[in-house]
Amino acid sequence: MTNNLLEIRDLHKSYGAVEVLKGVDCTMQQGDVVSIIGSSGSGKTTMLRCINMLEEFQGGTIRIDGQAIGYDVVNGQRRRKSEREIARQRALTGMAFQQFNLFPHMTAVANVMLGLVKVKKMSRDEARTLAETWLDRVGLRERAEHYPGQLSGGQQQRVAIARAIAMNPKLMLFDEVTSALDPELVNEVLQVIKSLAQDGMSMLLVTHEMRFAYEVSNRVIFMNQGRIGEEGNPREMFHKPQTERLAEFLKSSTFN
Amino acid sequence: MNYTLNFSAVWRSFDLLLEGLALSLALAFAAIAIGCVVGLITAFGLISKNGFLRRPAGIYVTIIRNTPILVLILFTYFALPQMGVRLGKIESFIFTLAIYSGAYLAEVFRGGLLAIPPGLREAGLAIGLTNMQIRTSIITPLMLRNVLPSLGSTIISLFKDTSLAAAIAVPELTFEARKINVETFRVIETWIVASCLYVATCSILAALMRAVERRLAIVR
Repeated sequence: MTNNLLEIRDLHKSYGAVEVLKGVDCTMQQGDVVSIIGSSGSGKTTMLRCINMLEEFQGGTIRIDGQAIGYDVVNGQRRRKSEREIARQRALTGMAFQQFNLFPHMTAVANVMLGLVKVKKMSRDEARTLAETWLDRVGLRERAEHYPGQLSGGQQQRVAIARAIAMNPKLMLFDEVTSALDPELVNEVLQVIKSLAQDGMSMLLVTHEMRFAYEVSNRVIFMNQGRIGEEGNPREMFHKPQTERLAEFLKSSTFN
Repeated sequence: MNYTLNFSAVWRSFDLLLEGLALSLALAFAAIAIGCVVGLITAFGLISKNGFLRRPAGIYVTIIRNTPILVLILFTYFALPQMGVRLGKIESFIFTLAIYSGAYLAEVFRGGLLAIPPGLREAGLAIGLTNMQIRTSIITPLMLRNVLPSLGSTIISLFKDTSLAAAIAVPELTFEARKINVETFRVIETWIVASCLYVATCSILAALMRAVERRLAIVR
């Protein structure tokens, strides 16, 4: 078959009667950095959250490395996979959240170690060494023993990124990771993401930072009302938008 | 009032009171330990989306919290044997207080669970933890920190409830005090000393709980 890293086909998602994803198709190759932009309510975050089954979806398929995520089709019946299997599949991706979501009762290094010990079944020593390496990578080696409450927003977000990346995911999902940060803290987080991208990490980012999407991604997806409105390389998209909606959106955004 | 306080008769039996106090503490400790497990499972049941878990948990809490504990103690000790379940005095009391504390602790724990931001569970899911691992490593430790202040007063109140074991002749502190009262007729002195023992023990328990609270406080 294909060697697509991510393959989304005809994804449909509703909350009750409200359909928020109305048939989304998307593919990514190893090493791709794809930014999803669009106004709020367009379905960007929902699409991201379907990929690691934080949201259930009612139609279509999502494949990572060929594996169908979340659901099996048995005798034509769509059936949710077991909790254990879904947990295993979630480890194929890593996710960083808008609100960081660090575990407040654990130090930075313990936050990174938790998944390594519980999911990857590493020994505590191995996990600590790896966790410290990743904290170093995001510039926080000396903050390893600090609790989240003792770190700035930008530092917390970098720990959260280290926690996700340390699990060695095939694909990183970033969900508006700079939206909750004070403006002066945005850059340190973007720098970390950019350097991970340069190392060849495959990533899918939902972002409001148009300048960043322009610089870091090799493809941009514009979501509009639950569908992909337009997609292409950032240079063409930002300078020569094909649709009225994207032109409007870019005009109202910070990119200029 | 021509009553002269004379504690000497009470002091002579003081070791009996201390033995009673030790049993009171042991009863409370055993019952609360079981009650914490029952309460934790029930609390997760109460917040479950699954009605088959939520409804039985709700019924248990409603029945137990709306029955006076003395009635529960008498029921377990006198009525259960009629139904074929025969327990010794001490086992019967521990069982009753455990079931009773489970219902109260379930409500305390439920409050603590509701205060945990849902994003933390999602962060756990995103790194591939199972729901059970999330409950044991993230949700429960945070919930316990949330509820420590109210857990302290619940534990103290449950400790004081051990005095009701006197009703089925379990030789704890209140039972021993009543015995000394009857044997020595030093009514005022006996009950002053017994009360002081309860106050002192509860104060120590409260101080211990505050120390635990400080020790486990989330660094902000």
